[in-house]
Amino acid sequence: MRQDTIRNFSIIAHIDHGKSTLADRILELTNTVTGREMREQLLDSMELERERGITIKAQAVRVLWKGHQLNLIDTPGHVDFTYEVSRSLQACEGALLVVDAAQGIEAQTLANAYLAIENDLEIVPVVNKIDLPQANPDAAASEIAELVGEDAARVLRISAKTGEGVAAVLDALVERVPAPAGEASAPARALIFDSSYDQYRGVVAFVRVVDGRFTHGEPLRAMAQGTRFEAEELGFFSPTMRAAGQLTAGEVGYVITGLKDVSRLRVGDTLTSEKLPAAEPLPGYKDVKPMVFSGLFPTDSDDYPELRDALERLKLNDAALFYEPETSQALGFGFRCGFLGLLHMEIVRERLEREFDLDLIVTAPNVAYRVVTPTGAEVEVHNPSELPNEIERVEEPYIRASIIVPKEYVGQIMELNTERRGRFDHMEYLSEARVLLVYELPLAEIVLDYYDQLKSRTRGYASFDYDIVGFREGQLARVDVLIAGESVDALSMIVHRDQAYGRGKALVERLRAEIPRQHFDVAVQAAIGSRVIARETIKAKRKDVLAKCYGGDITRKRKLLERQKAGKKRMKQVGAVEVPQEAFLAVLDLDGNRK
Amino acid sequence: MSGVRHLYVHLPFCAHRCGYCDFVTAVGRRDQHAGYVEALLGELELERHLLAPRLETVFVGGGTPTYTEPRALAHLLGALPSAAEVTVEANPETVTSELATLLAEGGVTRVSLGVQSFAPHLLRTLERRAEPDDVRRAVSILRVAGFDNISLDLIYGIPGQSPAELDRDLAEALALEPEHLSCYELEAKPGTRFTFAHGAALTLQADAIEGYFERVVDSLQGAGYRWYETSNFCRPAGRDASRRDLRSRHNLAYWLGRDYLGLGMGAVSTVRGRRWRNTPRLSAYLAAASRVQPPDRELEQLDGPVRLRERLLLGLRLDEPLDVSKLDSAIDRPALERLEKLGLAERAGTSHLRLTRRGRFLGGGVTADLLS
Repeated sequence: MRQDTIRNFSIIAHIDHGKSTLADRILELTNTVTGREMREQLLDSMELERERGITIKAQAVRVLWKGHQLNLIDTPGHVDFTYEVSRSLQACEGALLVVDAAQGIEAQTLANAYLAIENDLEIVPVVNKIDLPQANPDAAASEIAELVGEDAARVLRISAKTGEGVAAVLDALVERVPAPAGEASAPARALIFDSSYDQYRGVVAFVRVVDGRFTHGEPLRAMAQGTRFEAEELGFFSPTMRAAGQLTAGEVGYVITGLKDVSRLRVGDTLTSEKLPAAEPLPGYKDVKPMVFSGLFPTDSDDYPELRDALERLKLNDAALFYEPETSQALGFGFRCGFLGLLHMEIVRERLEREFDLDLIVTAPNVAYRVVTPTGAEVEVHNPSELPNEIERVEEPYIRASIIVPKEYVGQIMELNTERRGRFDHMEYLSEARVLLVYELPLAEIVLDYYDQLKSRTRGYASFDYDIVGFREGQLARVDVLIAGESVDALSMIVHRDQAYGRGKALVERLRAEIPRQHFDVAVQAAIGSRVIARETIKAKRKDVLAKCYGGDITRKRKLLERQKAGKKRMKQVGAVEVPQEAFLAVLDLDGNRK
Repeated sequence: MSGVRHLYVHLPFCAHRCGYCDFVTAVGRRDQHAGYVEALLGELELERHLLAPRLETVFVGGGTPTYTEPRALAHLLGALPSAAEVTVEANPETVTSELATLLAEGGVTRVSLGVQSFAPHLLRTLERRAEPDDVRRAVSILRVAGFDNISLDLIYGIPGQSPAELDRDLAEALALEPEHLSCYELEAKPGTRFTFAHGAALTLQADAIEGYFERVVDSLQGAGYRWYETSNFCRPAGRDASRRDLRSRHNLAYWLGRDYLGLGMGAVSTVRGRRWRNTPRLSAYLAAASRVQPPDRELEQLDGPVRLRERLLLGLRLDEPLDVSKLDSAIDRPALERLEKLGLAERAGTSHLRLTRRGRFLGGGVTADLLS
């Protein structure tokens, strides 16, 4: 295929705005699949993805349209995978920006559209779902035109569901999106924009060839990581795997590497030929670091080996997942896991529970902290209980948050962000009715319930996205919890000094409600160092007897006590106090009003 | 192995089923009383081989045994084996001098009266038929008939019962100078008509009611009674002219882990590591008897560890220290050490264990803790 007949593009869309449906229509219209083969939403291959309406792993599908090779590169749909999205976009020259005609632009779309613009992609704006009764295509078209600096008349109007206007979309891709640049005769370079793991074939890399060509069986090298392997098979998806002898400049396809661990081949790295290597890798590789951490513990401590095996297997498929063994005096043996963000954490937890049938306790998430000790040593802390007592300085990750809301909710958003130590950056009107607010906030302030608050204070209208912008010094303190005088590691939290009292008080109040009354008074205290900042007392029970126990009652009463004992065994013993496992999750929704 | 020395006989009939009751009962059916007694005696014949030549105790419980048609009741009492202690449960409104004579002639030595409360509005809440005066009259009739071992049952924690009303109930009961008192906190079982009607009130009162148990124990001990079992009190031997041990010997047999035979519908027996419960259905019980067969029974095999656990949980209900030298495997040692430190359990000598006063108020939870 001649390089000038190739078009590489992605679809940028908010969840539910119709990305998968549009992809399906494109596959049908180009006869890549027949109607009979059509499985709904073909590109989302994992069960979980279909259920959540999100896409975790990108794939690329090749279709033919009027003498052109179109490569549709699928992008992950969420904030946590911004880096992966940016690599996917880097593999393209163009992007379809799809907006729901009834909903308008959402924060996530906006963030990805900006990413596309930064990557110099040709943007083809599309308003979808024009067949819906509540659709307002004109309003959506003018929002989108405003955003990309296009004439509203050039915004395509389609219904991916009925297929209306989809052919025009393909024509527009051919006309508007430039052919890939790249030097066909230069030493081979390809961008790895995604990878996945197959238990029989090992790591499969998804690549965009930029320069030169790659051929079957050739020894290859990943330039940043230095990983070496042979191209066991090359090919492309159309829509299923098709082996090919080679992949040439401008093409998109896959390389089967035979590697047994996805972490050896990272997204963003550059593949080159081992025999005739390129001098320079493609720009932009970075090692993504987990920013959100949480402890994962099996509810039944006997399941620890199963949890370890499950994490090992997930890690094969998810290079961004980090884990290390953790022992909590309260929750026993488990793992401290690092995630790109909250959704990533949620996905990992669900996959562990669903695919591996594990029952888990997930502790309150916290962020990574950088700590400088008085001796000048720098340590990264992933667990509040590890925060040293002697501290020169603590830095915490900050985000730049984009929030889109109907204008009547601006006040509520400002209030929420102020409570969360946010710093206002700017605000702009996207349309007469909708406003974009940009704030800088500590990541720690959004890991608990920020998103829920955002939704509840705006009746679900707010959409939200963020980028990590770096580490900044904060006035932070570790609040410890003492139950009957014993410090409980799993309940320690790092908070801003100004919030220490409020959050400490809320936590001990929650604990008082969660911990059952014991046979003696139990003090629950929150403390910074040796200074107690809040205290609650769980009053002792005065009476706890089985009133009657005669000949006919004995079996029932015995079973009752045996059950009671089994329940006690499930609790965690903190000194002489029996603490139910749920209590360790109290910190999760301190601002909620569940109890 | 010598035979069983404790016999329980269940007479299920009642004039009315009280809202809080969860015993095996049958309302009315006066025409079936005689037949039921025959069936009981039939079951006795079938199981007589289990009994020792001389019984220590017989306990006739209900239901309302004294609601049973008098001739049938007299026939039963006459046919039951004699024993050192023969107890019959009675409701105050059923006690007449004829009944008292019937009981005395039937060899009954002890009467347990279901008083529950002396406050008319609380009796109504409980759906009891007796009036406060019925209790005083019943005790007097029984005394005149020569009964010198009377026990009164009280219920506390009744919806709407104030601490002052509890004190009054206790004072009224003490004024009758019973040899024995059983005091139970009202149990509102989920799903019962009673809980449906009064559950909300009980929840509101829960904090106050939590102190009632202590109040009951304090009052009765203050009046000189011995708190010999979680819910049971008696006049101490030293205070009784005849120096009798006034604990319920029959119930002590349960708490000391002795074997017992139970006759009648719903009755439970425990004999040599086997426990069985007779069918709680009157028709099924009568049908089996007519075929001269034992009634349908639910059987439970009590293995060694279970028997040890029961020994522990029953024994710790008593005020006398429990010999735990053979119960080691049933006890969670670290838990015992914690409980000792907390002052809830204590050793008595090298081989005995007992709960402290506070430990007894928390006896259920403490015992659960102790189980290995």
